[in-house]
Amino acid sequence: MAKSVVEQLRQRFGNALLETADWRGDEVAVIRREELVSICRWLKETPELALNFLMDICGVDYPERSQRFEVVYHCYSLATGRRIRLKVRVSESDPVVPTVTGVWIGADWFERECYDLFGIKFAGHPNLKRLLTYEEFEGHALRRDYPRNKRQKIPTPDPLIS
Amino acid sequence: MGLQNVFAEGFLATRLEHVVNWGRKYSLWPMPFGTACCAIEFMGVVSSRFDISRFGAELVRFSPRQADLLMVMGTISYKQAPILKRIWEQMCEPKWCIAMGACAASGGFYDNYSTLQGIDEIIPVDVYIPGCPPRPEQVMHAIVKLQEKISGTGRPFSIPPPIIATEIKKTAT
Repeated sequence: MAKSVVEQLRQRFGNALLETADWRGDEVAVIRREELVSICRWLKETPELALNFLMDICGVDYPERSQRFEVVYHCYSLATGRRIRLKVRVSESDPVVPTVTGVWIGADWFERECYDLFGIKFAGHPNLKRLLTYEEFEGHALRRDYPRNKRQKIPTPDPLIS
Repeated sequence: MGLQNVFAEGFLATRLEHVVNWGRKYSLWPMPFGTACCAIEFMGVVSSRFDISRFGAELVRFSPRQADLLMVMGTISYKQAPILKRIWEQMCEPKWCIAMGACAASGGFYDNYSTLQGIDEIIPVDVYIPGCPPRPEQVMHAIVKLQEKISGTGRPFSIPPPIIATEIKKTAT
């Protein structure tokens, strides 16, 4: 079998990798935020990797960490069937991650969802609006410190055609 | 023996309101606002086995302007709430509302950031049906309760005395 994706990443972007894991073929790389877009582009455009399908982007909140939030990118290759998971860590005071909509257009709504529920901003996103909740919604619902019983103001409908 | 013999004078005195309400209660036109599985159960209520046309409420309308009974069936999220309110406002008076199922009545187990905790936060409700989802019999019971309320004969907030196990035993033997 060819070298693992993490192995190839390390050769190409050694300095950008903070942590890696490869557990039973389940590959994870924690990477520097600054290198995110170039790594993503490389993963997608390198022919033998061809990670051309961004399956999901998740936010994770670890309140006990200094880098409180983690954004997780699940990539899949329709050509080879391999996967890799990229993680980017950001702090609460500077929760900004560059957008990957330029690499995978499908990242658009994933990033909006992540912004909506965790308050992580995606720099350069073409339309960074809330996706699941609504404009008047206060706070970010999946943050660990979001009050469980908080009741929101009933919204005015967002015009679908404007 | 015809009615002539019963009403020998040839006429029957009543209140107009009474007659109108008698007509109304047997010709409810429901507007289904179905957002979840309760709406699937409602299909069973409408269909032949249970058949709400036996109660005069079978003419399901999908326009609020043609309906006088709003049946809210399912979870109402905050995002859905203004839509529901708009639909209620589009219905002509007189109008009634049934909250079917735990979610519509109270938010159900969705005690979370996205869910309205009962539609009575935004619109008035005449009859609440518990259950997740309710049985079709419960929906029919709700319609009967609503009919009683419309005709003014029922006690709107009364519930029938519960049948306790010993009574069931008695009738069975």
